[in-house]
Amino acid sequence: MTEEIITPLVEEKEFTINMGPQHPSTHGVLRLMLKLQGEMVKEVRPQLGYIHRGIEKMTEKLTYQQIIHLTDRLDYLSAHILNEAVCLAVENALEVEVPPRIKYIRTIMDELNRIASHQLWWCAFGMDLGALTTFFYGLRDREKILDIFEESCGARLLLSYNVPGGLMNDIHPNFQKRTKEFIKYFRKKLPEYDQLLTGNPIMQARTQGIGFLSKEDAIAFGVTGPSGRASGFSCDVRVHEPYSAYPFAKFKEVLYEEGDTFHRYKARIAEMWESMLIIEQLIDNIPDGDFAVKMKPVIKLPEGEYYQRVEAVRGEFGVYIVSDGNKNPFRMKFRSPNFSNLAALHQMSKDQKIADLVAISGSLDFVVPDMDR
Amino acid sequence: MKFDIYDLSSFTSSIDEALMSSMSPFWAVTIEMILIGVAILAFYAVVGLYLVYAERKICAFMQCRVGPNRVGPYGFFQTIADLIKLLLKELIPIKNADKLLFNIAPFIVIIASFMAIAAIPFAKGLHALDFNIGVFYVIAVSSMGVIGILIAGWSSNNKYSLIGAMRSGAQIVSYELSVGLSLITIVILAGSLQFSTIVEAQRGGWFLFTGHIPAIIAFLVFLVASTAETNRGPFDLAEAESELTAGFHTEYSGIKFAFFFLAEYMNMFIVASIAATVFLGGWMPLHVGGWEMFNNIMDFISPFFLYACKTSFVIFIIILFKWTFPRLRIDQLLTLEWKYLLPINLFNIILMAFIVLKGWHF
Repeated sequence: MTEEIITPLVEEKEFTINMGPQHPSTHGVLRLMLKLQGEMVKEVRPQLGYIHRGIEKMTEKLTYQQIIHLTDRLDYLSAHILNEAVCLAVENALEVEVPPRIKYIRTIMDELNRIASHQLWWCAFGMDLGALTTFFYGLRDREKILDIFEESCGARLLLSYNVPGGLMNDIHPNFQKRTKEFIKYFRKKLPEYDQLLTGNPIMQARTQGIGFLSKEDAIAFGVTGPSGRASGFSCDVRVHEPYSAYPFAKFKEVLYEEGDTFHRYKARIAEMWESMLIIEQLIDNIPDGDFAVKMKPVIKLPEGEYYQRVEAVRGEFGVYIVSDGNKNPFRMKFRSPNFSNLAALHQMSKDQKIADLVAISGSLDFVVPDMDR
Repeated sequence: MKFDIYDLSSFTSSIDEALMSSMSPFWAVTIEMILIGVAILAFYAVVGLYLVYAERKICAFMQCRVGPNRVGPYGFFQTIADLIKLLLKELIPIKNADKLLFNIAPFIVIIASFMAIAAIPFAKGLHALDFNIGVFYVIAVSSMGVIGILIAGWSSNNKYSLIGAMRSGAQIVSYELSVGLSLITIVILAGSLQFSTIVEAQRGGWFLFTGHIPAIIAFLVFLVASTAETNRGPFDLAEAESELTAGFHTEYSGIKFAFFFLAEYMNMFIVASIAATVFLGGWMPLHVGGWEMFNNIMDFISPFFLYACKTSFVIFIIILFKWTFPRLRIDQLLTLEWKYLLPINLFNIILMAFIVLKGWHF
C-alpha cells in the first residue's frame, strides 16, 4: 500500500527579512523582523537595543538639574516638553509654585516645539510614501521655529531651556515679535502642505483604510498622542490634566473615529492648527515678572514617589521618580509614548503590504531613542 | 522644400558612397558601424550626464533649493565629477552572489537602451536604423531591459533586491502592453511602422492635433505607461527607496551602479524621444494649414533643435511626475494598468480605427 503524497506545486513559504537597523524608513536604528509571504507582511517583530544608553540608570547618579539634559536625548524632537516634565515633577514634589510668566513661556515653547516636530514628521511621512518634495517644504518652515529657539535659549534642537523652578534665562526681546511673524507666515504655508500631499489621490489611496487601529486596541496598547486620538481615544493630557498655562488657553482636542493611517495624518495636521491657536492666545498676554524662582543649588526631593505626565508630541510622556531624600533620585522611570505606540505596529500592519508597513510606521511617527532609552 | 538646407541624408549618403567606392563593401560597412557606434556612445554619455544635471536642477527648483552649484559654472560639471568618482570607486564583490549573472546584468540593461537609440530619428536623415518595423523594433528592444533588472535582483543574493526585481518584472511586463497599444493607435493613423514615414506624415500637423480625441488619449496613456516602464517615480517600485533601500541595485557599486543609473535616464530619454516623434511630429516643424508665412518661418528652424525641444518638454513632464507624486503600491499599480489603462487603450484603438476608416481625422 503506497501512500500518496501530495505536494503543492508552489509552496507558499514565509521568509524572514530584517528591516533595519540600517534602513531609510525606520527613522533611526529600529530593527523590525518581518515575516513576509511575497509582498504580504505576516508578522512584525520589533527588536530594540541598538541605541540603548541606560539613561534611566544614569539618572540615579545625577542631580535633578543634570537629569534635564538627559531627557533631551530621549525624544529629541520634543525636547522642551520632556524637560518640562522633569521640572514639573520636581517643582510639584517641592511644592514650588512658579509664576505665571514662566508658565506662559513654557507653554508657548511647548507648542512651538510641537509644530516643529509635526513639520519634520510631515517631511518624513512624505518621504516614506515616496513624495520627495515634501521634505524640503517642511524643513523650510521648521527652520523659522528653530531660529526662534536659538534666539531665546541658544540651542536649536536639544533646548534644555527649562530648569527646576523656571527657565534658564529670560526670553529674547524679539521673541514675541518673531513668534507672531511665524504664526502669520505659517498660517499661509500650512494650506500648501494640504495642496501638495493631503489631497493627492495616490496619497489617499495609499493611506485611507490602511493600518486600522480600533479604539479598544489603542487603549489596550496604550497608543497615545495624535495616533491614539485618530482612533477615538481621548487621551490629551493638556485637556484632561492641564499643566502650565494650558488652563488659560481655549483649544479643542483633535479626535477622529476612523483610526486609519490617513486620519493619523489628519490628526497631526489639525494639531498644528490647534497649536497655532494656543500660541496666538498666549503670546500677547505673557505677564511680567521673574523668569525663575530662586531654588537651592542642591535640590533634594523629600522621600516618596512622584509622577508627572505631560503631552509630548507623540503621546503621553510620564516621569516617575522614587526619592530617598538624597540629591539623586533612587529610581527614575520614563513612560515614553513611542515604546507603547510601537507595540501596536504588528496589530496594525498584519496582512498588509510592505509599502503599507512603511506608511503605517511613518504615521506613528517613531523616534527611536525614545523607545530605547 | 524649404528645409532641405537642413537635410542630412545627402551628408550621410555621401559618406557612405565615399567609403563604398574606396574599399570593399565588407570593410565599408564595418567602418560605418564603428563610426555609428562611437557617435552613439558619445551621444549616450553626453545626454545621460546632461539629463542627470537637468533633473537635479529641476528638482532643486521645485524644492526651494539651488541644486549643484560648485563644480563649474552653475554646477554644470557636477555630473562629470560624479562620473569620475563612480569610475574610480571599488567594485565590491558580493559573497555568495551568482558572479556571472551579477556582472552581466548591468550590461543587459544598458545594451537594451543602446539598441533602442539606434532607431530614433534625430533629424531628417540622421538616424542609424530606419526600416519598415521601426516602432515594433523599439518596443521589442526596450523590453529587454527588464531581463537585466530581474537578473540583477536574482543574482545579488539579497532579499530586498529580489523583491525589487519581482516587482519590476510584474510592472514592466504589464505596462509594456499600454506602451505598445498606445503606439499602435498612432500607427493606425499613420499607416506605417517606419519612423521616417510617421514623421513625414505629420508634415501637415502633429498627430496629437490631427488625430482627434484618440490621439490625445493615446498620448496621455503613453506618458503614464512609459513613466512606469522606465521605473521612474511615482512608479519607481523596483527601487522604492523607503521600502527596499535601493531595490534591485542595492548591492551594486561603482561603475556597475552607474550603468543602472545611466540606463534609467537614457530610458527616459528614449521614451521622450518616441513620444516626441510619434505624437509631436519629431523633427518636423509645426505647420498650420493655410498659414504660408508662418510655415515658411518655421521651416528655417533647425529640425534637430525642434526635436530636442520637444524631447526636453516630455522629459520635463516626466521629471515633474517624480518630484510631485507619492509612490503607488504594487497592487494599485497593477490595478491602474489592467483595470483602467488597458481597457481605455483597447477602446481607443477601435475608436481610432473607426475614425481613420471614416476619414474624420484632419
